[in-house]
Amino acid sequence: MDQLLWLAQHPDLGSAIGEAKREADPFTRLDLAAKLAGYRRDFTLTTRLDRLASEGLRALANGETTSSGLRPLRIALLSSHTVDHLVPAIRVAGLQRRLALSVHVAPYGMYRQALLMDDAELANFAPQLIVLALDARDAPLQLPLEASQADVDAAVGERVDELRLLWRRARERYAAQVVQQTIVPADPPIFGSFEALVPASPYALIDRLNAAIRAAAREDGVLLMDLAWEAARGSYGDGLAEPVRWHQAKQLVSPNLAPLYGDQLARIATASIGLSRKCLVLDLDNTLWGGVVGDDGVDGIHLGQGSPSGEAFLAFQRYAAQLARRGIILAVCSKNDLSVAEAAFNHPEMALKRSDIAAFVANWEDKAGNLRRIASMLDIGLDSLVFVDDNPAERDIVRRELPEVAVPELPDDVADYPARVAAAGYFEAVSFTSDDATRGRNYALNAERKAAMSQATDMEGYLRGLEMVLTATPIGAAELARSTQLINKTNQFNLTTRRYSEAEVERIASDPRCVALAIRLADKFGDNGLISVVLARPDEAIAADELLIDSWLMSCRVLGRQVEVAVLEVLINAANAAGYRALIGEYRPTERNGMVAEHFPRLGFVQHPAPADSTRDATFWRYEFTSPRTPNHYIEVSA
Amino acid sequence: MTEAEVLKQLTPVFHDVFDDDSIVLSPEMTANDIEGWDSQTHVMLTVAAEQRFGIKFRTAELESLRNVGHFAQVISAKLEGK
Repeated sequence: MDQLLWLAQHPDLGSAIGEAKREADPFTRLDLAAKLAGYRRDFTLTTRLDRLASEGLRALANGETTSSGLRPLRIALLSSHTVDHLVPAIRVAGLQRRLALSVHVAPYGMYRQALLMDDAELANFAPQLIVLALDARDAPLQLPLEASQADVDAAVGERVDELRLLWRRARERYAAQVVQQTIVPADPPIFGSFEALVPASPYALIDRLNAAIRAAAREDGVLLMDLAWEAARGSYGDGLAEPVRWHQAKQLVSPNLAPLYGDQLARIATASIGLSRKCLVLDLDNTLWGGVVGDDGVDGIHLGQGSPSGEAFLAFQRYAAQLARRGIILAVCSKNDLSVAEAAFNHPEMALKRSDIAAFVANWEDKAGNLRRIASMLDIGLDSLVFVDDNPAERDIVRRELPEVAVPELPDDVADYPARVAAAGYFEAVSFTSDDATRGRNYALNAERKAAMSQATDMEGYLRGLEMVLTATPIGAAELARSTQLINKTNQFNLTTRRYSEAEVERIASDPRCVALAIRLADKFGDNGLISVVLARPDEAIAADELLIDSWLMSCRVLGRQVEVAVLEVLINAANAAGYRALIGEYRPTERNGMVAEHFPRLGFVQHPAPADSTRDATFWRYEFTSPRTPNHYIEVSA
Repeated sequence: MTEAEVLKQLTPVFHDVFDDDSIVLSPEMTANDIEGWDSQTHVMLTVAAEQRFGIKFRTAELESLRNVGHFAQVISAKLEGK
C-alpha cells in the first residue's frame, strides 16, 4: 500500500542511503538519516534509515551531545503482540520530526508485570511516554454470545478498571505520560450487519470496550493511539493486520504498514512535548479558489456552489476554518498584489474571512522569504509552519530553502486536499482548552494592539490604556492541561526550558512546599487566556528559606507589557506566605531564549554562585524579599 | 523465471533487508550463514520478497523457506503459476 503520501518523493532514496552509509562520523550519518526521513519510504527503506541513524542515536542516548538539535525522548512500548518490527519505523518517524527517540520494548505480553511489579530495566530506562499496545486477542472478554447488554457493560467496566490501574501505576511509578492504543477488531463478523445488535458479539464487545477506553482516557489524562478508528477510516488501506503475519509472528500491524504506524505514534510523541505545528500557511490562487484573481477578477474565480470544482475549493476553505476553530493559526502567503488578494475575501462564497487570517502576506517576492516574515510576525518558529501550495515548483523551492517548514505533497484534485492535510498529522493535539478555541481571535486582536501601540505616543500611556487585569491561581485540575501545554511549547520567553508531563506538573502543584502558578491576563481588547506559568520549589542545593524558580515562562503574545513584573509580585507574595525569604532564579540559555538572558537582573535579582551540580551554562540569581521593589507595572493584580 | 534468475533478483532484497551489499547468495545458504537472519528479519525478508516479486506466500509455505534455494524455488514456482 502507498503510504506517507504527503512526504516528497526522492529520486533514488535507496542510493542516497547507500551513499550516506559511507560517512565515517556517526552524527553525520544521523543528520543525513534525519534529512532523508522526510521522504516517502516503504518499510525496507525505513529500516535502512534506522540502521543509518542507529549509532548516532545510541551515542545521544548515552549522553553524548551534538549540534543536530534533535530532541531526545524515551518511549516504552508495553504490548500484547509483537512490536519489535515497528521500532525502526517509530525511530525514523521521530527523526523526521526532529526527535531522537529511544524505544524500550518490554518483553512480549508482559505489560501487566512491567507496571504492577518492579521492573528494574524499565525503571532504569525512565520512560517519558508509555504506550500500552493491546489487541483483541489479549485477555478476551469471556461472555456467552447470548449475554445481555448489562452483562457486557459489567465485563467492559471491569476490564477498563484494570487498565486504569495500569495507567495510574505508569504515572506514579515512572511519572510517564500514558498512550493507550485502542483495540482493533480481530475477527471477521459472524452476524454481518446484525453484528452490532448482538451485545456480546465480538464486534459489539470491542466497540463497547473502545468507547469505554476513550471515556476513561479523557477522564484520566491518558492519550489515545486510536488505531481502531484509523483502521475503520481506512488509513491502513485493506487492513492493518494480515492474518498470516499474526500466525507467523504475532504481529498485529503488518510490517508493510510499519512506516505509517511509526508516524502515527511519533506525531503523538511530538504533540506530547508541545512540538506539533501551529500554523497553516495557505497559497491563494488555485489553492483556496480556482483561477487567478489578478487575471480573472473577484467575480471570475471559481468558488462555491454551482460548479463541482468551486465546491471542492469551498470544502478546503471550510476545513481550514475548522482548524482555525480548534486553535490552528491561519496565514496567507501568495504571489499577488496585496489589495487584489485581500479584495478576493469579499467574494460572497468565501468560507474564510479576512479576519481569520492572522498574517497576510501577498507580494511578488520569493515565498521562502515571505514564510520567514510570517513566522516573525506571529512570533513562532519556522518549524511551526505548514505550507500548502498547489504549485509543485513553489513547494520544491520552499522545501529546499526552509527545511524546517512542513510542505505536504498534494494530490492533483483539490477535493482531496483536506484529507491529505489531515492524514499528515501535523496538528496532533494532546489537549483542547477554551483558550485554543479563541486563539485565532487572539492573534487578530494582537494585530490591533500592535496598531494601538504605534498610535500611543508614550509607552506608559499605552500600557495604562490597555486596562490589563492579571489573575494568578495555584495550578489545579482546571489549569493543568493548558499549563502543561504552555510549559512544553514555549521556547523564547522561557528561563529554563524544562519540559514536563501533566503528571509531573501535578506532582509539583500538589506539593505544599512548592509554588505553582497559572497566570491569566485580560485587557480591554479581550481575554488573552492563560499566558504564563511559574513553578518554584525548594532544592537541596540552596538554603531552606530560599525557593528555586524551576520554570518561568510566558507566551510571547503579551511581551513588552511588564507582565513579568506583576508576576514577580505575585510570586513573592506566594513564597512569603509559604515561609520563604528569598527567591533563586535560574537561567539556562538555549538557541531560542536569548530574549530573557537579562530577565533576572532587570527585575532586581543579583547574581548568585551556581550550585555544584547545575548545568554548565546556567546562571543563578537571588532576590531577597526585603530588596527594593522592582520596576513599576500598570496591571491590576487579582490573586 | 528460472531459479537462477530468481536468485539474482533476490540478491538486492537480501542486501536491503540486511543492509549489507556484500551478501552473495547461493542456494545452500541458510540463516546460519547470514548475520542477523533471525525470526524477526525472516518476516521482513518474506514481506520484502512478496513486494519485489508481486506474490504472496501461503502460511504453510513460510515454514519451508529455510534456505535460500527453497526461497528461490517457491518464488519461481509461484511466478510460473501466475
